[in-house]
Amino acid sequence: MSGFLAENLMRFLEGALMTVQLSALSCALGFMIAVPVALARLSSDRAQFSLATAYVFFFRGTPLLAQIFLIYYGSGQFRPELDALGLWAFFRDPWFCAVLALSLNNGAYTSEILRGSIAAVPIGEVEAARALGLKAWMRLWLVILPRAIRIGWSAYSNQVVYQIQATSLVSVITMMDITGVARSIGARDFTFYEAFGLAAVLYIVLIYCTILVSRRIERHLNAYLGASPAPSPPFGTDVVP
Amino acid sequence: MPDLKGYGWLLLDGMVMTLGVATASMIGALAVGLAAAVGKIFAPRAGRALIEAYTTVARGVPELVLLLLIYYGLPTLAQDMLAGLGHDVSLRIDPFIAGIGTLSLIYAAFACEVYRAAYLAVPSDQGEAARALGLSAAQAFRCVILPQMMRYALPGLGNVWMVLLKATALISVIQLPELMRSADVAARSTRLPFTFFFMACLLYLALTLVSMWGQVRLERWALRGVPGSSL
Repeated sequence: MSGFLAENLMRFLEGALMTVQLSALSCALGFMIAVPVALARLSSDRAQFSLATAYVFFFRGTPLLAQIFLIYYGSGQFRPELDALGLWAFFRDPWFCAVLALSLNNGAYTSEILRGSIAAVPIGEVEAARALGLKAWMRLWLVILPRAIRIGWSAYSNQVVYQIQATSLVSVITMMDITGVARSIGARDFTFYEAFGLAAVLYIVLIYCTILVSRRIERHLNAYLGASPAPSPPFGTDVVP
Repeated sequence: MPDLKGYGWLLLDGMVMTLGVATASMIGALAVGLAAAVGKIFAPRAGRALIEAYTTVARGVPELVLLLLIYYGLPTLAQDMLAGLGHDVSLRIDPFIAGIGTLSLIYAAFACEVYRAAYLAVPSDQGEAARALGLSAAQAFRCVILPQMMRYALPGLGNVWMVLLKATALISVIQLPELMRSADVAARSTRLPFTFFFMACLLYLALTLVSMWGQVRLERWALRGVPGSSL
């Protein structure tokens, strides 16, 4: 086992870096998708609402693996069209397809968290902002979003944990994240339980670090409340993030 | 309706397999999860710590990694250990068994948390009243607490089912011919990957819709006779 570690640890750490990059990038892009989608889901405009609802329903109702295959392999069916648009170079690249699928998936789940949190912002605060003469975008940016993020933070950190786990699927389209490295080393040396065991340990470490950081941020976000709020459990009880 | 080139039946067969794997895993998850929850509530300290460790690992490790660990890792570990004892054997786990085992183990950990929250939601005087009537602790749990617990647990367990249903797609990675795998086979032989993966997505959406409808019905049934419930 120590020989296995000495020989392969560097490759696993490179895989971990890839996992962290994919998680961070897809969470950032997912959040950027989630804000307009959540607003569209709350808007009274029927067209906006239907479009956003269809997007959320599709990406939450189908497996992430199917979405990854649909984008990575499915784009091949439209190769001439994509070639004509100059986009084929992107869709041929597994990294691009992985980030695209993960971000779209994350955006759908995050938008639901955000929608719930925005709806939970006390109406008085929004009315006060309106009474102060703040324009719509200023109300959103200065009053509603900061409050919604505080309300939804613990649900969102669950979503980030789920996202780290979800990135393991990109190994199926040849990406070398933690799982990808474990699969290639396991198959090469026939060291399956060492390789996947180490991968499991790395994921647990990553996830616990994320939870610790998220708790710190939560404490910082809620500092204005005075007394420290009751600590939340390491994982939420809801499994649908 | 796109031309499926005669592969429509393959997709439907895959969907039946998906439902089968999901149902079997759900039954496993419900049973193991309940046992773990009872342990977490009633077991002595050491037992509780052990169950806590299990639920933490099962929820912290990605499903795919745990699946590969069980499918590839477990037989090789057993082979290595048997080789150390002087037995040279070659072991394999059936993908169907590995898939059901992995999903049951993971989603039992989630179900355990749902059960535990539901147990805490049942007023404690219910149990005390049952004991005062002369029921044993086991009887009180089985006849008084458990039925009321289930009412609170149902929405959470419904969520577990929804996530589990989609997680079955992962088992295609170890070549179990479920919906995702069938779509993959059809996509490769017809060279129409988008058509078939999109059809697979639509079938998953159909399963999700039916599940949502079933969940509403089930919750309404469980809440029948509860005064003040609008559901």
